[in-house]
Amino acid sequence: MEVNPRLLYCNCTYAKVVPRATAAGVLRKLCDSEASFDAVADLCEMSARNDPMLQEMARGGPIKIAACFPRAVHWLFSAANAPLDRESTEVVNLRSDSVDEAVDKLFRPGLQPNLPLESPPAAAPEKES
Amino acid sequence: MSLTDSRTLRIVLFEGQGSEPLDPATRFETASALLTEGFSVSRTDAGEAVSPTDRQSLLVLGNFAGGQAPPFPAVDGNVSAEDIDELPIDGILALARSRQESQDAFPHGDWKPWFPVIDYDRCTNCMQCLSFCLFGVYGVDDDNRLEVRNNDSCKTNCPACSRVCPEAAIMFPKYRSGPINGDQVNAADLNREKMKIDISSLLGGDVYQLLRDRSEKAKSRFAKERSPDKALNERKKCLTKLAQTGDIPEEVLMSLPSPEEIQLRAREAAQKADDARNAIANNNGN
Repeated sequence: MEVNPRLLYCNCTYAKVVPRATAAGVLRKLCDSEASFDAVADLCEMSARNDPMLQEMARGGPIKIAACFPRAVHWLFSAANAPLDRESTEVVNLRSDSVDEAVDKLFRPGLQPNLPLESPPAAAPEKES
Repeated sequence: MSLTDSRTLRIVLFEGQGSEPLDPATRFETASALLTEGFSVSRTDAGEAVSPTDRQSLLVLGNFAGGQAPPFPAVDGNVSAEDIDELPIDGILALARSRQESQDAFPHGDWKPWFPVIDYDRCTNCMQCLSFCLFGVYGVDDDNRLEVRNNDSCKTNCPACSRVCPEAAIMFPKYRSGPINGDQVNAADLNREKMKIDISSLLGGDVYQLLRDRSEKAKSRFAKERSPDKALNERKKCLTKLAQTGDIPEEVLMSLPSPEEIQLRAREAAQKADDARNAIANNNGN
């Protein structure tokens, strides 16, 4: 049986780089729905503080995260020792999506993983003598 | 500061068995107000999964039948429940703050979370950021891999280290534009980043070198004109120019220590980077 992804919403409380109308619009739609969801004030702060809640979220199974850029979200979790599973995480970008686009992605069935694919790092440059 | 060993508080809007559902407007206003105050909030009717909760205090809020909360399963943390039927938002916030204080839970929001986030898919461990940063934000781990060690030392709104990264591997998610904000990196971004380093080199090695040079000129002018105001103005003018060209907040530049201290810190940072690179080279040679 397919498990419904959990929904996580980031309010970007401490910098407001997510347009306020978008953030509020998405939160309102979440609240209008009957869906269960987790909402956090600011993923950046949680990452900087190594908040254990990030680990709990990362290990809880499929998840859709409404926040900002997938690359940023991926490494914010990683920095807090809470690596996200690339196969079972979809990030909805509230910095670029409209409310309707974001809500469609959050509530559509299933999950479309979109964390950046792992790429081998380039060789470190030779040290100058 | 790490919350690894600290208690945090999470608010649960419970709408399952034994409680009446909140109306959507109340749900939104409550969640929005709590998030603005820095609290984490979960809405559940216990029919769907939300994230597990084994290391937090929980404050469960709901419109409970008869004003009495149903018994909740024990978790490894303290759980309390409050009926919020007809309680105004201010009252709900007061409940949350009171619970936060009584549980000695971490008070969020006293710091704008501005710090570098490393994209290790891109980072080549070249240590240029470690050499560049004068504020001790970067260090290396036990494997001599670059790491962000002191988030709190980072200067708010300063993305300077991301400008010197040749791979655009350093993000500041709160930054206004890409790729520093975490947006995808494209070839044009990499060329632009390199160009910025070249400009920096043309200016005299790095921005700190430029600062030192400017400072010396200001000192010289001060000596000739014996006017501290003119010397100070000159310094401010140069710092403003640096702020404009390097995208470094003026307040960060103005808060830099004396030229001598800058030189000392720059040497220490460069030494740290050298040590890490040498250790890696030695390990690779063994």
